Amino acid sequence: MTQFIKVPAMATAIAICAAPVMAQSLDDRVNEIFANSTGWFVSLIFSPFPGTTFPWIVAWLVVAATIFTVYFGLVQFRAFPHSIALVKGDYSDPDDAGEVSHFQALATALSGTVGLGNIAGVAVAVGIGGPGATFWMILAGLMGMASKFTECTLGVKYRNEYPDGKVSGGPMYYMTKGFEERGLPAGKFLAILFSIFCILGALGGGNMFQANQAHAQISNVVGDYPGWITGLVFAAVVFAVIVGGLKSIAKVTEKVVPFMGILYVATALVILLLNFDKIGWAFGQIFEGAFTGLGVAGGMVGALIQGFKRAAFSNEAGVGSAAIAHSAVRTKEPITEGYVSLLEPFIDTVVICTMTALVIIITGQLVSDPETGLYILNEAGSAIQTVDGNSGVALTSAAFSASFGWFQYVLALAVVLFAFSTMISWSYYGLKAWTFLFGEGETKELIFKVIFCVFVVIGAAASLGPVIDFSDAAIFAMAVVNIVALYCLMPIVKRELQSYNSRLKSGEIKKYT
Amino acid sequence: MPDKIVVGYDGSDGAKRALDFAVEKAKAQGGSIVVAHVLEWSPYSFLTPTELEERHMRRGEELSRAEEHVLSPVVDQLKDSGVEIDTALKYGNIADTLIAIAKEAKANQIVTGRQGESGLASRLFGSVAGSLAQSSPVPVTIVP
Repeated sequence: MTQFIKVPAMATAIAICAAPVMAQSLDDRVNEIFANSTGWFVSLIFSPFPGTTFPWIVAWLVVAATIFTVYFGLVQFRAFPHSIALVKGDYSDPDDAGEVSHFQALATALSGTVGLGNIAGVAVAVGIGGPGATFWMILAGLMGMASKFTECTLGVKYRNEYPDGKVSGGPMYYMTKGFEERGLPAGKFLAILFSIFCILGALGGGNMFQANQAHAQISNVVGDYPGWITGLVFAAVVFAVIVGGLKSIAKVTEKVVPFMGILYVATALVILLLNFDKIGWAFGQIFEGAFTGLGVAGGMVGALIQGFKRAAFSNEAGVGSAAIAHSAVRTKEPITEGYVSLLEPFIDTVVICTMTALVIIITGQLVSDPETGLYILNEAGSAIQTVDGNSGVALTSAAFSASFGWFQYVLALAVVLFAFSTMISWSYYGLKAWTFLFGEGETKELIFKVIFCVFVVIGAAASLGPVIDFSDAAIFAMAVVNIVALYCLMPIVKRELQSYNSRLKSGEIKKYT
Repeated sequence: MPDKIVVGYDGSDGAKRALDFAVEKAKAQGGSIVVAHVLEWSPYSFLTPTELEERHMRRGEELSRAEEHVLSPVVDQLKDSGVEIDTALKYGNIADTLIAIAKEAKANQIVTGRQGESGLASRLFGSVAGSLAQSSPVPVTIVP
């Protein structure tokens, strides 16, 4: 008997002695468990076409964006001016003042997408795929506008409006209601599948990746310390907002984030102006790299994969998340919200991501061989060697700080705020999927919110590799299901589009200002 | 044409003085009054996803609260005054919306109180009374 008692006592003694060691290795253990348990999912989503290195999921997204672009007759370019007029409120009925405006729906959806994808994600793309990745990223952004148009039109058309005035919308709803309307089978099945992936995406890209990169940025400024500490602090604040209903924090963030976005783009523009003599060269690198790879791992295909991947991850076109955010707008015409939403990938990817990429390229962060002009790979051969060995958000920070030393502090703040606002948005998307699956109710909602906060800690403690893989995989899994639904429902969008355009032409839909 | 006066009314003491002033004027001239309450609102503000979802519901709540606590008491109080009373309840920039209400009602005067802001905020953003005086197409009376 005594022996049995001794064992736990000894274990406790060992545990106490080993406490400092354990605390240090806690991050490693979280990392290991996480990588082991999500590996299969990641390999499934990113498996390449047989005999190639080209992941099928990338083709899936690009083919979809191309089909929507062609099917809707280049809607992203033809409707662009009208989209701006809609956001300005030219077509809004003054009697609807006080309802959600097009601008507000766009701004909220943007604050969910503009964030680390634009800062860290682009750095990852350019770091692995070289400057050429930028070209494919911009192309994917332009095409993605058509995907976003399709999903957000459907999101508004098939949203649920409850008697108490609340609105719920998103792919789950157009999958069930839209499929029923067209007499198609399996709508409910797709909706359930989408909801599962949406929850994973909310925990991955919308949460862990954010926490992870926020920690990377903070420790980059103040020095290295264990990730779970950042995780706990973040989790506590997120908890206070989404569970405690601490609206003041959310309100402050919602107001500061847009200014951070503007400051970020303005600083990038200033850096570009200071180096205006190199802009031509940088675009040369982008075009040359796009078709040759300039020595990056995987060559042209490597650049293309990275560009497409990061674009999709950043602007979420075809993923279905934006359809949830855009659904609350007050409009009689679903097409108008589709038009407004197509500005989102444009602002997010074509403008902001390109700025980040240009600054990284122009400030010479990527090391190339002066004789051949090809980029030199790092020791592992997995990415381009950078001046200080940085990757992810640290690379962007180094690029901006090369011109303005103080900018790393602004960037640290921006990253933390972007990460936070993206987490708040995704906690909402995840919650919508959760309640779609399990029904509404305070306890059920609380369970999801607590799980969400736990993943903040895991995300901050794990290392970038496994987190980014899982985040990508979960977000792309949403796109797999969502795009199937978009294909099935796109004739409905076309009908709406034709009807709207003819009424716009005939003057039935008129300007108010 | 009898006078039609739009009164910018928010239930504050200043607004009550403005309303009294307008009622006296309408009585004397045989005019009518539009009691206008504007809920401050910008379509360019930023909201969280949850606020977006609840916006339509909140708007309904805000409108009925304003109707119940701001406008109805005034209508009750003035129903024996012999002056014809109309109400208007809208969202928007306060000065711009009061002007829009005046135009729509074909009013020939706007009467409003003032908040007596001095200080930095009103210098930067301007006061409602100041903006009204500057951009109204009809005469504006500001009651101190």
